[in-house]
Amino acid sequence: MNQAHVEFVLRIADDSLILGHRLSEWCGHGPVLEEDIAMTNIALDLIGQATSLLNHAATLQGEGKTGDDLAFLRFDREYRNLLLVEQPNGDFGMTMMRQFLFDAYRTILFERMQSSSDEMIAAIAEKSLKETKYHLKHSSEWVIRLGDGTEESHARIQESLNTLWRYANELFYTDAVDDEMRNAGILPDLSDLRQQWENTVNHVFQEATLTIPSNNWKQEGGRKGMHSEHLGYILAEMQYMQRAYPNMEW
Amino acid sequence: MVTASDLWLWLEEVSDPEIPVLTVVDLGVIRSVETDGKNAHIVITPTYSGCPAMKMIEDQIIEKLKEKGVDHCTVELTLAPAWTTDWISEVGKNKLREYGIAPPENEPDKTVLFAKPTVVPCPKCGSSNTRMISLFGSTACKAHYQCNDCLEPYDYFKCLR
Repeated sequence: MNQAHVEFVLRIADDSLILGHRLSEWCGHGPVLEEDIAMTNIALDLIGQATSLLNHAATLQGEGKTGDDLAFLRFDREYRNLLLVEQPNGDFGMTMMRQFLFDAYRTILFERMQSSSDEMIAAIAEKSLKETKYHLKHSSEWVIRLGDGTEESHARIQESLNTLWRYANELFYTDAVDDEMRNAGILPDLSDLRQQWENTVNHVFQEATLTIPSNNWKQEGGRKGMHSEHLGYILAEMQYMQRAYPNMEW
Repeated sequence: MVTASDLWLWLEEVSDPEIPVLTVVDLGVIRSVETDGKNAHIVITPTYSGCPAMKMIEDQIIEKLKEKGVDHCTVELTLAPAWTTDWISEVGKNKLREYGIAPPENEPDKTVLFAKPTVVPCPKCGSSNTRMISLFGSTACKAHYQCNDCLEPYDYFKCLR
């Protein structure tokens, strides 16, 4: 087993799993029926991606575990997702802002990962990219509508941006795992990832009349398993059934 | 002696669990079939990553082939090349329309924000005077439209490329 390879796959997998779970919390609570359906559709895509990625991670691990074991039976410090995706839903604008910051990053990541030397990763990236383009269009348009909307909607989504901006820097976190994956050809060159992401984000924020906060306070830790207090609550809800009734299916 | 053409023919009897008017062959999710004359190996691909119908499709294929006398059938799931709506057969597109679901149209580049939604003719009256209600519909593969003339609300099988 290559530890860095497993670690790398878990990072992408856990982003999908945790954000998918967060979005699914909107089921039955959307501001309008269409958006309730949109958010749960996107959640389904993300959970589907997480399934493929976690199955792949389990295979690479070679310890006889399944993707489900990884999804439901790890402890909080073993999850590798970004702090951004575990942040609470807040209002609809907060959810759309979180989604937009993530989708803008994910689209570029999947575009590049299609040329990964890990064939499974390349296949998952190709498949997921088609879905992620829909997600990015949806979240971009909502950020613009709300930002360039009424005084109330503008103020609220600007506040969401102010709250979430501190987690954006972690999208570009790299360490020895990334170096090793790049050397192995599993992770394509991403040196211009931040530049590409900023192009998308700046364009949408300009249309949305939103201002990037000048506060440069940054938070990170998710990639190393150091999470905010919110992850524990998500896992408690997600894992309850498997912990209480091991191996149950429904 | 089972042949590959037998398998393709029998798979035409397996319908999609969410859109029963389409067979799994119409939908383009069957990527290949193999047989040694006795056993069968079928490769399928999901429409969307989270498509909840895949397990059911797999079970139905095994059940159908058993019914036809193939006792041992394995079903393999593959992700590459990724499924696209271009793989829905022409027969399948016509069946969709007759069933009340508008088949996929050519769609503009999704990077263009607030682009004019694709014109999707109403499957009931044929009018092109229709509007998109939501880009996301009753399943991952559909969007929601309404006809401005006959007022029919309908699903649109959105273009995935």
